[in-house]
Amino acid sequence: MPLIQSSSRAPVTINSEACIADKGCTVCVDVCPLDLLVIDMANGTAVMKYDECWYCLPCELDCPTDAVSVEIPYLLK
Amino acid sequence: MNDKTDSSHEVLEFDVLVIGGGTAGPMAGVRAKEMNPKLRVAVLEKANVKRSGCISMGMDGLNNAVIPGHATPEQYVKEITVANDGIVNQKTIMAYATRSYDMINTLDKWGVKFEKDETGDYNVKKVHHMGAYVLPMPEGHHMKKILYRQLRKKRVSVINRFMATRLFKGKDGAIAGAHVVNPRTAETAVIKAKTVILCTGAAGRLGMPTSGYLFGTYENPTNAGDGYSMAYHVGAELSGLECYQINPLIKDYNGPACAYVTGPMGGYTANSKGDRFIECDYWSGQMMLEFYKELEGGNGPVFLKIDHLAEETISEIEVILHSNERPSRGRFHENRGTNYRERMVEMHISEIGFCSGHSASGIWTDENARTTIPGLYAAGDCGSVPHNYMLGAFVYGAIAAEDAVKYCAEHEQCEIDSAEIAAEKARVLAPLQVKDGIPAEQMEYKIRRLVNDYLQPPKVTKKMEIGMERFAEIRADLPMLQANDPHELMRAMEVHFILDCAEMAATASMYRTESRWGLYHYYVDHPDTDDEKWMCHVQTKKGADGLPECSTRPIEPYIVELDEEEMSAYKKLRVSDDDTTETAGV
Repeated sequence: MPLIQSSSRAPVTINSEACIADKGCTVCVDVCPLDLLVIDMANGTAVMKYDECWYCLPCELDCPTDAVSVEIPYLLK
Repeated sequence: MNDKTDSSHEVLEFDVLVIGGGTAGPMAGVRAKEMNPKLRVAVLEKANVKRSGCISMGMDGLNNAVIPGHATPEQYVKEITVANDGIVNQKTIMAYATRSYDMINTLDKWGVKFEKDETGDYNVKKVHHMGAYVLPMPEGHHMKKILYRQLRKKRVSVINRFMATRLFKGKDGAIAGAHVVNPRTAETAVIKAKTVILCTGAAGRLGMPTSGYLFGTYENPTNAGDGYSMAYHVGAELSGLECYQINPLIKDYNGPACAYVTGPMGGYTANSKGDRFIECDYWSGQMMLEFYKELEGGNGPVFLKIDHLAEETISEIEVILHSNERPSRGRFHENRGTNYRERMVEMHISEIGFCSGHSASGIWTDENARTTIPGLYAAGDCGSVPHNYMLGAFVYGAIAAEDAVKYCAEHEQCEIDSAEIAAEKARVLAPLQVKDGIPAEQMEYKIRRLVNDYLQPPKVTKKMEIGMERFAEIRADLPMLQANDPHELMRAMEVHFILDCAEMAATASMYRTESRWGLYHYYVDHPDTDDEKWMCHVQTKKGADGLPECSTRPIEPYIVELDEEEMSAYKKLRVSDDDTTETAGV
């Protein structure tokens, strides 16, 4: 059987205006216990890549520019 | 670390390898270096030690502080013996209890802020049935920063973003090291070590939360049962796996609420009428059984009641609950328009898991944190010391390190069979080669859905047998696990851990043909507690056929005797009918 992709709503949003990943910051990527965030090099901003969020908040609280916001995942909101 | 060809692998070597950098792990690393600064000590962490483990956002209090003037070690040993229905190695609890106060003072010196009264003494609260052991930490969110500073100060090597997949033994059966993989690059390596201390936390992704969201677990979902599975495959004994962890939580949200924070301030667990139905909110299997009955009964569901408290008390509760341990709690309530002042908060029970921190399911360890494999230790939630909580993880991290340092002085590094390394590397990297296979997420979902269907209490033999049949089918599917990148490869390896834990949970549960620990092992086919036959530990290890095999282990003679009345303390948890009207609304 071939594999297909399905979408899900990402609980973590990064404000690309505020994000300073283009200056080398990787704080949110470093602190995520589940390793869900990556740096999008083309756009110079962090993004959520995998929907496996524990909504534990280090990414949001440790971000030096308040660029990260975490929502409660839709399934349990 | 470099990994160019299939037969090559990077090899690192340490005296003490700590696997897991959450709570027990950093303490073990720091303590080993304090004992002997010349030793090569590493803490391996699947995430990043700065924010890893179940206390990644700190902790709001100590649940089991044994502080002179408030409790004695003997009293604590009694309390936990009763809370765990007699199935304890009291020496392990005593080893914790006698070092509890020193550890609090060490943490205090390191900068952890505990609640103190106007004279500077620790402000201990009573939550347990008998003694007083709860010490609030209103500013406990700094915990990981404080541990990180100590790791740096003591020059412990930290290896972030590598997960251990299997342990290796030498020819003589002693521990020799671990196989690891990087979840960002899929690089593999072998870490040789004279001693290994497993500090991998709970098996938090065993059952599925009722929301269906795989990562909405009570435990930090990074803790997939890695240590339980690795100990099992290396031949160690595990214990009490039928004594599941099940906790009372906010409905749909993974945060606890009542006993330790709101209890001492006047909050309590209530039924839909707002009436108190349990005498004591301390988390035990007996308490959970009453919780479960109320939840399923005509007075259900169950609620956290604090709407009767004064405004200043509620504000204080909010500050503690919304800034520590589970800080997203505030926005969860906000989404639903729940205000603590206006109405009770709906509660539910968590998915099942293994965790000695709250129950008694762990890798078998003695009072020196030794497992049944020479040179292998376990500390924290994955060790078998019951109701050990965060402070127990710290104490046992230190105990394990001290014994490991002595072991290092007396033993040489064991050699690891190269064929075994090659086989493990091939097993780990296989999912990257699979095309048109099964994604880890789907396989995990299926295992955990079956755990809920067939394994969670009330336990029924036929259901657990069907569960084992389904697990065997999934095991046959394992070669089809597909990973499209190193991150998915990490999840695929975790599927192996979760499946091992599911089979162990069912096997151990069917072996103990009685009911014990309230809801944790509520076995419908065997509803009574049978002390004559089952006042013993149930041990699980890997059998010759590759499936879990159980046996009994006698209970070590008690070092603190209990009389019959003390033993039955936790059996009278339900508020009697006469009391209900009296205590409601207190």
